[in-house]
Amino acid sequence: MSEGKTLIVGSSPQIRDADTTAGIMWHVSIALIPAGIWGVYLFGLRSLLVILISIAAAAAAEYGIARMLKRQTLADGSAVLTGLLIGYNMPPLVPLYIPVAASFFAIAVVKWAFGGLGANWMNPALAGRAFVFFSWTTGMNAWQMPRTWAGIDGASSATPLGTVQTGLFDVAGEGGTALSYLESISYAASGWGSSLADWFSGTVGLNVSAHTADLFIGAVPGSIGEVSALLLILGGVYLLYKRIITWEIPVSFLVSFALLIWIFEGTLFSRGLFSGSVGFHLFSGGLILGAIFMATDMVTSPVTGRGMIIYGIGAGFLTFLIRLYGSLPEGVSLAIILMNIFVPIIDRYVQPKPYGFKKQKTGRNAA
Amino acid sequence: MLQQRTFRRGGIHPPDKKRLTSRQPITACANPPTAVIPFSQHLGAPANPLISKGDVVMAGQKIGESSGFISAHIHTPVGGEVKEITSIFIPAGFSVPAAVIAVDEESAFQEEPRSAQELDSLTPEEMHSRVQEAGVAGMGGAAFPAHVKFKIPKGKHAEYLIINGVECEPYLNADNRLMLEHAEELLIGTEWIRRMTGAGRVVIGIEANKPEALAVMREACGRLGFPFTLTKLKVQYPQGDEKQLIEAVTGREVPSGGLPIDIGAVVSNVGTTFAVYEALAKGKPLFERVVTVSGEAIKQPMNLRTAVGTPFRQLIEQAGGFSEEPMKIVAGGPMMGFAVYDLDTPVMKGTSGILALTKKQVNDAVQTACISCGRCVRACPMGLQPTRLYHLIDYGRYEDAKASYLLDCKECGCCSYSCPAKIHLVQGMRLGKRMLRNVSS
Ligand code: SF4
Ligand code: SF4
Repeated sequence: MSEGKTLIVGSSPQIRDADTTAGIMWHVSIALIPAGIWGVYLFGLRSLLVILISIAAAAAAEYGIARMLKRQTLADGSAVLTGLLIGYNMPPLVPLYIPVAASFFAIAVVKWAFGGLGANWMNPALAGRAFVFFSWTTGMNAWQMPRTWAGIDGASSATPLGTVQTGLFDVAGEGGTALSYLESISYAASGWGSSLADWFSGTVGLNVSAHTADLFIGAVPGSIGEVSALLLILGGVYLLYKRIITWEIPVSFLVSFALLIWIFEGTLFSRGLFSGSVGFHLFSGGLILGAIFMATDMVTSPVTGRGMIIYGIGAGFLTFLIRLYGSLPEGVSLAIILMNIFVPIIDRYVQPKPYGFKKQKTGRNAA
Repeated sequence: MLQQRTFRRGGIHPPDKKRLTSRQPITACANPPTAVIPFSQHLGAPANPLISKGDVVMAGQKIGESSGFISAHIHTPVGGEVKEITSIFIPAGFSVPAAVIAVDEESAFQEEPRSAQELDSLTPEEMHSRVQEAGVAGMGGAAFPAHVKFKIPKGKHAEYLIINGVECEPYLNADNRLMLEHAEELLIGTEWIRRMTGAGRVVIGIEANKPEALAVMREACGRLGFPFTLTKLKVQYPQGDEKQLIEAVTGREVPSGGLPIDIGAVVSNVGTTFAVYEALAKGKPLFERVVTVSGEAIKQPMNLRTAVGTPFRQLIEQAGGFSEEPMKIVAGGPMMGFAVYDLDTPVMKGTSGILALTKKQVNDAVQTACISCGRCVRACPMGLQPTRLYHLIDYGRYEDAKASYLLDCKECGCCSYSCPAKIHLVQGMRLGKRMLRNVSS
């Protein structure tokens, strides 16, 4: 019998849950894979190169900095995930130095300048993306036509949201919608999107535009990993099932945004209240990727469930504001980064109620 | 009753591992050649030794006299010669005086059965003093002296007596087996505690993963005609913690810094209730207990009726020894028990289990920085923010931690268990409390 030489002693509890920091990062990465494969299918192998370079740059930055600080943090998986998310947020034809710069900025400035994993107050991937977005506008608009549109007359490589955003002021006052605008300029729709839309109107009896269906499937131009709402939602379901994320942030984010769009979007087109194009806005502009995979970044979101709901609603509201009234089509990243700033305040004011402080019925003692 | 009651905040669901021993009947553990009996088996003052080196003691003899209010007498389960009074290191992490006794196998404890009439005529005060004389202490782990608990302070009133048959710690089946094998004795013991405390209602709480115990107890309760309520509780750790159990059963919360009796509740663990029965019915002091010997590294997990003072080694050998190299030996349950490195550690009144755990259960991965996932916050049954407390303590801001309710932490382990960063949150809480004590004293 062993005489305790190999026994370890330590504070209770003596058992731990099997989840680890690295495990969480890998689960999130796994959940992202289907959307990435789809992106590579749509835009070709060059987009795979963009993703891999983003990851490599982030990992190299993490390794280098940790090494300088005599630490070993690459294995926690967070840098790889940051790189993956940056890659997903790049347009397919982006010059390769841009994702490298974004990854370096994310890891070196946003994450390590504050002390590494857990100490950063801004989501590194989003901050890296915002940094290159404002530095290299042209490079960050290097869209590519998706494979699903090959051979369609008049198909362009402009994203649906970008197109509507640019054309918005032309149609304002005409009583149109984002979708009717796309229709009016003969914006392309894939065969898949058209069939799905047909199926909806035929079988379910719900009138869905082929453009919305295209957005949902992800058969449209856009950033490599953000186009397919469907596959991203599937990834989100996986994370919920694995209890890696909880429902509060994605649901409050998406629902508040959808409500605001439904109520107010129509006013821009002089259609009055309660007539917004909810589907179109929900599935475009990287909102699903942001709400499920970026806003839920644990380090930069609140710790309590109630705090998460406040944060999610805030992000939904800001995305709505920036998208409809700002001149940027990219409301999501900015909205999340802005909400990151409020997280310490939310955590300060939204605290759980501890046990043993409520007014008690004490039975006969009180009487 | 389909509805299962539970507490409101936090809680976790570790694998319950009950099956390893839930069907193993209680069997007797052989007495060791040498017993080592600590004079302090609980928090609070140690008992004063009544024996010295060279004395010959009889099984059941009182060898330690309670030395204060929160202290219990110590009796020896074995007879034999006192080899020495020494000092040993107990799992809780400090040294205590202990008697080393060379066991004389001939000496056995003589029960003194009391007649029903005698027992019925006992006043609550007489019952109290007998329970106190028998050294009965809470057997759920903390080993709080029972007579202190059952003595209702002036001005208070026990509305509820709650019998804690939850046994929410994974692996443990000591209480489960007692309920299955000694339901009647437990119910009679319960009735006596009810008389001692003058409680109005009696609720027996059992976790839903022990349906057989629930059925057996319910059936026995009907047969003996006791008006006790049996309540099925949701499987969720720490359902068996006094505070959570009271909340689940009564909907009330023990006020911060207060005692259950402040809201009219008294809680007695199943093991304690059985000890009360034995003390009153047979004049038997608390010197043995049921210990679940289990864990993936134990060859034949079992439940052993064991004399206090028996070294862990003996129980492990009786359970067939190790089937594989254990990574941890735990005294008590895996959530609140202590890891020991010395197999000569003796069983004490609060030793509910001896577990040999392998690497797979321990899951001791590399610690990373806190990723603010909030899992600890969600898990804390006291509604605290472990991550915040840990950071405050880390920065030496003990007073701020106190303002954030550090002293309400009861070290249940839910936070550390759920932390993916594998941060030793409970250890942090302990450190913080110790620093606060040092400052104030
Ligand atoms: S150990 Fe303390 S802080 Fe951690 S979950 Fe339990 S009560 Fe909460
Ligand atoms: S569970 Fe661990 S990593 Fe998560 S917030 Fe709490 S301390 Fe931080």
